[in-house]
Amino acid sequence: MSTSPRVVVTGMGWITPLGCSLEEVWSHLVSAGSGMAPITRFDASTFPTTFAAEVKDYDFAQFVRDPAIHATAGLNTRFALGAARQAWQQSRLDDHQNLDRARVGLYLGAGEGVLDTKNYLKTNLSAWNPEARAVDGARWIASALKLMNDHREIEQEPNMPIAHLAREFEVTGPAFNCLTACAASTQAIGEACDIIRRGEADVMISGGTHTMIHPLGVTGFNRLTALSTHDGDPAEASRPFDRTRGGFVMGEGSGIVTLERLDHALARGAVPLAEIIGYGSSCDAFRITDIQPDGRGAAAAMNMALSQAGIDPLDASSGALPIDYVSAHGTGTQENDSIETRAIKRVFGELAPRIPMSSIKSMMGHLIAAAGAVELITCILAIRNGELPPTRNLHTPDDGLDLDYVPNASRKADVHTCLSNNFGFGGQNDTLIVTRYSE
Amino acid sequence: MLEGRTGIRLIDHFDASGFASPFAGVLPRDQFDVRKIVPKTYRKATKVMARDTELAVGAAAQAVADAELVTRASDGDDSSTYEPSRTGCHIGAGLIAADVDELTLATATSTDAEGEFDINEWGRTGMGNLTPLWLLKYLPNMLACHVTIIHDCQGPSNTITCAEASSGLSLGESRRVITRGHADLCLSGGAESKINPMGILRQQFAGRLCEAEQADDPAGIVRPFAADAGGGVLGEGGGILVLEAMECALERGIQPIAEFSGFGASQAMAVDSMGLIYDEQDQSVVSAINGALASGGCAPEEVDAILPLGSGIPEMDRVDAQAIKSVFGERADQIPLITLIPYIGLCGAGLGAIAVAVAAQCLREQVLPARIGVTQSGSHGLDSGPCSSRPAELNKVLVFTTSLGGQNVAVLVERWKGGEGQ
Repeated sequence: MSTSPRVVVTGMGWITPLGCSLEEVWSHLVSAGSGMAPITRFDASTFPTTFAAEVKDYDFAQFVRDPAIHATAGLNTRFALGAARQAWQQSRLDDHQNLDRARVGLYLGAGEGVLDTKNYLKTNLSAWNPEARAVDGARWIASALKLMNDHREIEQEPNMPIAHLAREFEVTGPAFNCLTACAASTQAIGEACDIIRRGEADVMISGGTHTMIHPLGVTGFNRLTALSTHDGDPAEASRPFDRTRGGFVMGEGSGIVTLERLDHALARGAVPLAEIIGYGSSCDAFRITDIQPDGRGAAAAMNMALSQAGIDPLDASSGALPIDYVSAHGTGTQENDSIETRAIKRVFGELAPRIPMSSIKSMMGHLIAAAGAVELITCILAIRNGELPPTRNLHTPDDGLDLDYVPNASRKADVHTCLSNNFGFGGQNDTLIVTRYSE
Repeated sequence: MLEGRTGIRLIDHFDASGFASPFAGVLPRDQFDVRKIVPKTYRKATKVMARDTELAVGAAAQAVADAELVTRASDGDDSSTYEPSRTGCHIGAGLIAADVDELTLATATSTDAEGEFDINEWGRTGMGNLTPLWLLKYLPNMLACHVTIIHDCQGPSNTITCAEASSGLSLGESRRVITRGHADLCLSGGAESKINPMGILRQQFAGRLCEAEQADDPAGIVRPFAADAGGGVLGEGGGILVLEAMECALERGIQPIAEFSGFGASQAMAVDSMGLIYDEQDQSVVSAINGALASGGCAPEEVDAILPLGSGIPEMDRVDAQAIKSVFGERADQIPLITLIPYIGLCGAGLGAIAVAVAAQCLREQVLPARIGVTQSGSHGLDSGPCSSRPAELNKVLVFTTSLGGQNVAVLVERWKGGEGQ
């Protein structure tokens, strides 16, 4: 690590259920706000889950040079354009006269676009042959060609957000999109840092974007019984680490950062917002549906990131904790929160109870592929502002969940170094470590 | 490919006659049964595998066997060749379409008097018709999920979703992961099947398919770099390679197939915002190729053969040809091209790794496969016309892939010469 180039964050932005600017969202996070409300995107009134954390009052046209260029973009891409514009502006890369745009790459963990549910299901049903229990191919195709929109279908491909961002910012460096469920944007940022370290790019636009708040998205998670079906105020539905937790609440949105090689940033007079010093990635290789119960995979990802950062997780001999704040994956499912807690104890041993850890999903909902990016930005704001966002709705601690989850109210703290975890359905575990920038 | 036999045939597992072309690179359903490939204890899990995942699992099983690796899936041995935590897995994937029959069967009970979908009935009762694990069939990272469970790969694992560039980018990522010391080897590549109604529809909407209602010679539907090229044809397939740190491979005493010596990636400047049509002035493909050559310490004169996308889509053939001419200059017309699409079709996320596997096999066997599909020499002044397979002295083969979306990837593969001077 010491011999490889340092990578800093020089810009950040997000479009979230708690607002569409850094400061607005931060103020909601530290005042334990909530983005949850009944679903408005479609009629979910009879679904097991009727609420979500939707992005509200977002006009992507304000964030792009020419909205017409992105006229066919899906909602996920529109979120990413807004978040990326904020990051790009904060980075002031446009002011850099000699910016080599072939050395600016993209690495997103972007989710797929939103299905055209109405026309898709109408096409399927119109071609259904009940006797054969199959759709009739010829009728399906005829109906599909009539009902479905070409651009709307193509824009669902998960690499469309990077295509639009490339066009918007005219960048042609290495371009990747990964989709490892809820771990995607953490993994994207980690790998983007590595691409810079290896000298394959000077700057990477990285992060994630996603929305699954559509009928078959909610259906999918309802069938998995992963979503909260809380009966009452939606703001109280996401209850990470609480004994009464009952699943996650779907969110949507995007978080984007500009990552830059330190000397490149300094040479153009940019102000580093933070430094990414550690990244770890592992796979449970356990079961399709379940997390490895000892937290083996999560612990492996954290240990790999700590090792890269040169941090001994068991050492507090200098008086300072090895990590000042953990942004938990903290989905609010029974399984995740127990196993994540176990993994933290595995990694930090006796120090674990002293390290504050919270889940902003309790307020913002779970942005799925974009979760890691908004949580990393939250860590950087915690460092900058010296304040930790709370875990909302944590009133009745569960047996064995005895860490410091920063319940219900934010807390002032001197924050130097944060660790951010995200774990995906499918077994991918990813951890980033970010620290206050100093020369 | 040595015999010039195509895998493109009439789609027969559903009626595709209404599409521009009912032909595709199809793996016949009776020639591949994933249940026979997985360990007995894992057979139940095959019920929640999409076709894409089946292909990845099948390719991974072959790769593991070919590399003489012992994994959790191997019979009769309980000690794996590698520490599971040192084994990574990077499998590119596409946008996996839900099985239309399964979904429609579930929604058919949620209709109103006019036969239209009734979302309230769906919420109340209909969604219960879907198996609880329905969503987990279609998450793109399920390819890697199943493969990592079967072979116990606990190292870094990622799922890159950049259309045809996915598996080439995955190979590059595995290489980075191994280079930075986070794994000793990776199962790397990609798999995808677009041979389903939604998969074909989206590609037809994107203008990537030729029109061919009938064909006496299915291989001739797609004609890369030919004057009469009329568009692409889809396929399904997966390619998985075992990428291994050289010293580890040598230490366990196996003979490497080839060296993955160079990698480059870039994003196109496109006419449209979706990256469908590359700009005439686009330099990004050149930049990806140059990146691969530079990182492999390879001068353009040293490249002995090129495997480009070669889709037979005229606009994309032009992009390929311009890049080859720009990088290789006067020698461009002397470098033999390997054209893969007339054999297997555009296999989406599986394509790049299949291409690299073909290149590696060419290097190992010192042979170039037959070029089929085309009937006359190409219109771009490249060595792309019809020919039979033939022996060739090959030391370095370049593979590059553009994609629907504008991501480009280039991989340089070198002949393994026994470790001397490698």
